[in-house]
Amino acid sequence: MLTISDLSNEIAGKAILKGLSLAINPGEIHAIMGPNGAGKSTLAYTLGGRPGYEVTGGSATFEGQDLLAMDPHERAAAGLFLGFQYPVEIPGVSNLQFLRESLNAQRRQRGEEPLSGGAFLKLAREKADLLRMDMDMLKRPVNVGFSGGEKKRAEMVQMGILDPKLAILDETDSGLDIDALRICGEGINAIMRRPDKAVLLITHYQRLLDYVKPDFVHVLAGGRIVRSGGAELALELEQHGYEAVA
Amino acid sequence: MTTATLPTPTLPTRAEEAFRYADLAALATLWPLPAESIAVPAGESGTLSVVIAGDAPAARDLTITLGEGASYDLRLLNAGGAYGRIAVKVRLARGARFHLGAAQLAGGDQTLEIVTEVVHAEPDATSSQVVRSVLAGKATGTYLGRVVVDRGAIGTDGEQSIRAMLLDRTATANARPELEIYADDVKCAHGCAVGELDAQGLFYLQSRGLPPAEAKKLMLQAFIAEAFVDAAEEEVLTEAALQALGALL
Repeated sequence: MLTISDLSNEIAGKAILKGLSLAINPGEIHAIMGPNGAGKSTLAYTLGGRPGYEVTGGSATFEGQDLLAMDPHERAAAGLFLGFQYPVEIPGVSNLQFLRESLNAQRRQRGEEPLSGGAFLKLAREKADLLRMDMDMLKRPVNVGFSGGEKKRAEMVQMGILDPKLAILDETDSGLDIDALRICGEGINAIMRRPDKAVLLITHYQRLLDYVKPDFVHVLAGGRIVRSGGAELALELEQHGYEAVA
Repeated sequence: MTTATLPTPTLPTRAEEAFRYADLAALATLWPLPAESIAVPAGESGTLSVVIAGDAPAARDLTITLGEGASYDLRLLNAGGAYGRIAVKVRLARGARFHLGAAQLAGGDQTLEIVTEVVHAEPDATSSQVVRSVLAGKATGTYLGRVVVDRGAIGTDGEQSIRAMLLDRTATANARPELEIYADDVKCAHGCAVGELDAQGLFYLQSRGLPPAEAKKLMLQAFIAEAFVDAAEEEVLTEAALQALGALL
């Protein structure tokens, strides 16, 4: 589904990713862990196409397409979802309007018919229920006045509505209390754990992985994957730290 | 009503503050401007929406006089041709209330301006002005707004919220809220900001599938909505503004 080969990039002239390679197949859940400053968020933003993240070498192919040649909205329409570590507040724009326009923009790009207002509301309600989010919150402006946990749950509602093939979730577990962590974890499983979908979880901690059990765990350090293993690698990291393991 | 002929006023020059940023060549084709006067008797209320759209240059000159306890809600959409000017003079008697909500949307070589003078002539009157400008290309958008609080007009509450969004670095925003206060015990506030669309917000919207122009439109729609919120003709104004906005992106 996603093949990253020898990917390098720069932000404001500073090299962050230095030859990162990773392959993700349908049905797989991968976790990337690593110390602060290793390049975890940079990897997420680079795959999402954030301006300023300049690719200096290597490639990323998503479902046979050159991901790096696509604009951010084209990546979304192709089936990529980027869960933000810090979801952005958009004053004056309601979640529902934003999501309906986003979903229909994706459908248009794929040559599909737009979803009617009624069908969209039904879908939104279903996904809000899944994440135990009140529909009234979705009528409010995007992320404005939301707590840290509410923002992350709103991200998962967005993911549910947009129904991507691959979700790259950047520290979805940060800022969550225990209950919200469980709700988000169950949401990820319900939406994404399917044979035709895949997830790349970026996290510091084992705790999210207790709910979303990864098939593969990778350690990212110094801009590269320095070690890969199964779910047990995360436990090893938790016990011994990055320095001992990587 | 008297019918005495008034001498034709001479075309202003840039030396006059209210015309400092005007497109004088375009103004000359419209000069003299017909004076439009509105008087709201004591205790009554009124609303008006003025829309300048289309390709022809246009300039309006409004004078609004509010009696004791009267109220007036004025909404402006200035999105016209090469030149669009709306000048408003308001006089408030005791306890009168005036609200202005205005949006200016300009691109290309357009010069658009809104010039207001709000005079609190007596105590306890309230005025509020919300002006939102979106400027692209080499357009110039100007707001000049004077709030005058006459001697003795205690208990005045005057507010100006002026914001402009530049879509291109080549566009120009002039924004000058001004206060002239000759009374004690008044509450006057003004806020003024010129900025660009939040790049982080744009990327966030695009990452969900919105093409750049739609992402910008959504953010700008929210920005100008503040000018038309609670207007009697909110839907009509918003629709017209969105159309003008679409042309800029």
